[in-house]
Amino acid sequence: MSGGPSLLQQRQKKEGTTLDIRLKKINKIYREGDIVAGVVVIETHGVSGEVQHQGVTLTMEGLVTLQLSAKSVGLFEAFYNSLKPITLVNNSLEVAKPGKFPGGKTEIPFEFPLKPKGNKTLYETYHGVFVNIQYTLKVDMKRSLLSKDLQKQVEFLLEYKSEADTEKTKISPLPFTIAPETLTNVKEKQNVPQFKVKGRFDSSSLKITNPLTGHLTVEQCEAPIKSIEIQLVRVETCGCAEGYAKDATEIQNIQVADGDVCRGLSIPIYMIFPRLFTCPTLSTNNFKVEFEINIVIVFLDDHLVTENFPIKLTRY
Amino acid sequence: MATYEWYPKRRDYEAEKLKEVCAMEAATNHPLKTIRVVEMKTAERRGTPSKTTPTKASPMSDFIDPLSMCDPLSAALDGSHPLSVSAAQAGMPTRTKNLQNKVSMHGDKDYNNLDETFEPWVVRKNAILTKYTTSEKLSITTSFLSSSDKERVIIKTQASSTVTDKVKNRLEQLDDFEEGSVQEMLNLTQQDYIKRIDELNQALIHAWNLDQRVKALKIAIQCSKLLSDISVIQFYPSKFVLITDILDTFGKLVYERLFEKAQYTPKGSGVPIRLPENFTPDQVSESAKETCRNWFFKIASIREMIPRFYVETAILKCYGFLNVGEYDEALRRLASMIRGIGDPLVAVYARCYLCRVGIIVSSGTRDHIMPCFDDFLTTYFQVQGDSVQNTLAMQKLEMPRYLTLFSPALDWILQCVAHRAPENTLKIVLQKCKEQCNSALLLNSILSAFKPEFISVRATECIEMIRDCEDMGFPKHLLHRSLGLCLVLAAPPENQRLTVLNDVWKVILKLKNPADYIGCAEVWVEYVVKHFGNKELNTVLGDIIKHMSPDRAYEDFYAPLQSVITKILCHIHDFSQLFSLDKFLPFIDMFQKESVKIDVCKSIMESFIKHQAEPTNDPVIINALMFVCKTMHDSVNALTLEDEKRAIGHLICGFILKISFGRDFEQQLSFFVESRSSFSNIDAVLIQLIQSVNNLSMETRKVVKGNHSRKTANFVRACAAYCFITIPSLQSVYCQLQLYLLCGQGALLNQCFSQADAFFKAAISLIPSMPKMMDFDGKVRSTETFLMDYIQNFVSTLLTVPDNPDSGVLYLLRGLINIVQNYTWDVHSSGKVLVYLRVIAILSASCQEVYCYRVDKVDANDALYGNDPKFLSEARSMCSTLVDEVLSQLKLLSDSDSLKKQGSLTLELLNTIISHGDLSQPSMVTLAVNLWGLAQKHGQTDSKQKMKVLDTIRIKSSSENGSQYRDLLNQLPVETRT
Repeated sequence: MSGGPSLLQQRQKKEGTTLDIRLKKINKIYREGDIVAGVVVIETHGVSGEVQHQGVTLTMEGLVTLQLSAKSVGLFEAFYNSLKPITLVNNSLEVAKPGKFPGGKTEIPFEFPLKPKGNKTLYETYHGVFVNIQYTLKVDMKRSLLSKDLQKQVEFLLEYKSEADTEKTKISPLPFTIAPETLTNVKEKQNVPQFKVKGRFDSSSLKITNPLTGHLTVEQCEAPIKSIEIQLVRVETCGCAEGYAKDATEIQNIQVADGDVCRGLSIPIYMIFPRLFTCPTLSTNNFKVEFEINIVIVFLDDHLVTENFPIKLTRY
Repeated sequence: MATYEWYPKRRDYEAEKLKEVCAMEAATNHPLKTIRVVEMKTAERRGTPSKTTPTKASPMSDFIDPLSMCDPLSAALDGSHPLSVSAAQAGMPTRTKNLQNKVSMHGDKDYNNLDETFEPWVVRKNAILTKYTTSEKLSITTSFLSSSDKERVIIKTQASSTVTDKVKNRLEQLDDFEEGSVQEMLNLTQQDYIKRIDELNQALIHAWNLDQRVKALKIAIQCSKLLSDISVIQFYPSKFVLITDILDTFGKLVYERLFEKAQYTPKGSGVPIRLPENFTPDQVSESAKETCRNWFFKIASIREMIPRFYVETAILKCYGFLNVGEYDEALRRLASMIRGIGDPLVAVYARCYLCRVGIIVSSGTRDHIMPCFDDFLTTYFQVQGDSVQNTLAMQKLEMPRYLTLFSPALDWILQCVAHRAPENTLKIVLQKCKEQCNSALLLNSILSAFKPEFISVRATECIEMIRDCEDMGFPKHLLHRSLGLCLVLAAPPENQRLTVLNDVWKVILKLKNPADYIGCAEVWVEYVVKHFGNKELNTVLGDIIKHMSPDRAYEDFYAPLQSVITKILCHIHDFSQLFSLDKFLPFIDMFQKESVKIDVCKSIMESFIKHQAEPTNDPVIINALMFVCKTMHDSVNALTLEDEKRAIGHLICGFILKISFGRDFEQQLSFFVESRSSFSNIDAVLIQLIQSVNNLSMETRKVVKGNHSRKTANFVRACAAYCFITIPSLQSVYCQLQLYLLCGQGALLNQCFSQADAFFKAAISLIPSMPKMMDFDGKVRSTETFLMDYIQNFVSTLLTVPDNPDSGVLYLLRGLINIVQNYTWDVHSSGKVLVYLRVIAILSASCQEVYCYRVDKVDANDALYGNDPKFLSEARSMCSTLVDEVLSQLKLLSDSDSLKKQGSLTLELLNTIISHGDLSQPSMVTLAVNLWGLAQKHGQTDSKQKMKVLDTIRIKSSSENGSQYRDLLNQLPVETRT
């Protein structure tokens, strides 16, 4: 889905000079060891003609940013103790020495080898609430005092290579039964209507590019059902030896049944993992990213029961 | 100006005729043929005129020119008739192809790999919309119809550039409408609701055109969300139609956009080109695929299930950009996804939509259809469940009404199941039906979905199933109706036919509600008509009358009753058989409402005219149809539209033409008399009657070979009298004039002199009342040209009419001249002069010893007066007066504006003199020379016309006794010729 030319871009156009990075790969997905190639595009509009500048540099950066949640460590600490970001890659190169660009469009090609800094591992791109793993390319154009410096940043995505360090999925079907007896955190069991939902996930260990599949059957249920939902939850853990914070937040919620479904009919479970917001399950010294699935059954009176299943995501 | 004596030229017509006869030559070539270029095989045959049969004429095509059957021209043309050739070139195959093209242009091209047995959705759509309506208040939940400010804010924030931001932003937008900004519009009437939905459709297209794809998607989502709402359940099918229309639009927009984007670069060429229509996924560019995937990712993240299902299904076609075989996979997944929909009605419509899209994107894929149907069967018991019952109780809807809501969706699903399916499929479906849920609802859809041939073979089995099935409130009479529809199309085996009828009719007989009853009877009547005889039909009609008569029930069911008539007329073309049914006319009597009755009469007459090939004199038919026609005729009043009148007139004329008593002319005449008294209000019918009577008298003449006996003479006089009485009752003066002349000629031919006289007199006295302007084919024009033609025709006829001994010499002509003289001609018209010139010509002709033409067995004035000098001088003096009159008219035309006209009329007079005047008389020559001078005088005369006159004189002067013409030529001062 491509949005039209945004208002911001239009404004820049009027000003005279625009700076842009265009990556060769359309989907912007790279693996360790790949060459990130593309062009820096400098475009001048209007009558001004050529552009004076004090040098153009290009920087590749990979960062893990961690944040403590206010809920788990308290507001005060959350504010002060935000953890130091971890740099995974940091390279820069000079694209052009100080000088002039002629009017019109100038394209300067570049190539960056995608190599980690030191002995760091390159984790997959992930956008979470408390953990963020992000790779960017940034181009800076220094200019004289009179005109503003120009900057442009694009994100590219990182995926694990197929071989080596990554784990392979092992298919392990996960059958389940949800009934009043299986619920753990209910205080007054007598308020829960009689019901029995059986089903299974085809595997608890999943390739991230494949959908979560499975099925469930409402075998019996006294109360009318309003909805059955599959919730994808991320569990992010930040911190180190002196204390850590663990938080679970919802990524997405997919309804698989709407209304009082037919009893005894097997209903498919199907969910695609959203890109960027999920990554292969990750566990390091400083932080962890894990995922869980909740099955939520909502009754007509808006009471709901939930059952939780941890899952493991892998790239291959 | 001095008075000029007129001297008619003596003429010997026989000699002139002999002189003008051309040497005859065999026509070997058609004059039209040589101008044409033909690039066909038939062109080789051009020179061979031997092939004269019209059937052989166009051997290269099946096309038969309707003209060519009787048209001697086309026979001579030897198959290369310009019309038939172009038709042949177009040819039948191309024509059907064009038709198909047109259909596919119409947006249905997706259906083009389905045959015509597959009824496209568009056809059903309107039926659903008209059937499922409501007067309840509806509500819409949306954020698009009112708040526009919010949208703008969102678009601005979208400007942030990183991928994540964009995605986040969009997801937020998606959530946005789920939480805030949504408004519920309550209390909408159905009209308002439809309007709103249309607005949403417009908003979607608008947003798309403004590149606001997210907004477009949101609209699509919100629309599909409406489909989970079953608050006004009887409107649900219509709502489904309206909303899936929007979704179709959305799907098309997405597809077209991707298609445009998916340009590909063929191997060996650097230039990207558009995808071909039948592309394969590997031709699609990577960026297009990425965009396409993005769409599906986006949709996969829609929280709610029903919108997720509908929107994905809407853009299902886009899977074609990704991988081969993606359709089948997706269709199967979506089919099983529907199981998650709790409400059975919502679920069945979701299945319907899936099948509908499925059959378009890949009509070969059927894997999802049967599971859809199976799932429906398994979940069907839910309609008895508490939640459905609660809904129905809340909305005060009865079970039978509720069940009929399923029909459109189920019909469609079964149509997909049955499409091109072997007979075995029906067997399986029936078996499943028997085992899992033998419900009336289902059976009904099966009956309407599968091929009638398959059903009819199992007619008895079906009847049993109908009897045994649990109705759960679904009306069983609908089943009988559906079965009837099948059996009408395909007959059951010969030996079962009667049992089937007996079994079914027994049930129908017991239906108490007239609506239910007539619904079935209407269908089964056709079965009876098709397969059984009069007795059965009569019984059935009687039964219908019996059921429909109490409490005047028929008043509410005119449409089905009318359809009964239509069906009977479709199959029974033997009208004497039809009218001899003693229940048929009583049946017609049930149509008491005037307009309906007229429609029925019309359809009877149309059928009669179409199918009654031979003329008939069957008293049963005549009586019945007389009644029918009289009913139609009596409906015509001052307020009737012109078209309606014309249509009725046409039908009645058709009836009159079909009645013939053969040689019994008197009977025929008395039929016409009766018809006249019955149909006196419609001009067209009266004209037809007059023509028919004229025809009758001419027939009589033919029979007696012109020698009337006393009896036949009386008869033809009666015919003339009939016409004479009838003509004045016509509205149109124009028609009256025409008919008077025609009847006069007819009477003259039959030697009814006084009658002919009366006709001519009536015509002459009617001329002044001819309106100045008249409506010809919808255009108002002056009647003058017509009147001139008419008078010229009239004058020519008068040459054959002998004078009435009781009146003066040439009194008819005199009368005519008087009328012409007093007629108020248009100010600028030359009509009067031209008419006078014709009269001079005819007077000159009547001075001849033997007339130029005559009516067989009628003595004209030549025989009557035997060239009596008194008669001649009378005629000549009339001519002289007329010449004077013409000259004085010419004088009036001497102002500068009308000089040209003066010149042309002068030459006309000169022409008349040359043709009919005696130029050996010096006064005639003087007149001619003067006229020539007058024509030359102002130099405004058309030189071509002048040349023609001169040429005529020259030709005449070159003949053997053309001395006087030579003299005249010498006296004419000729301008220098160039």
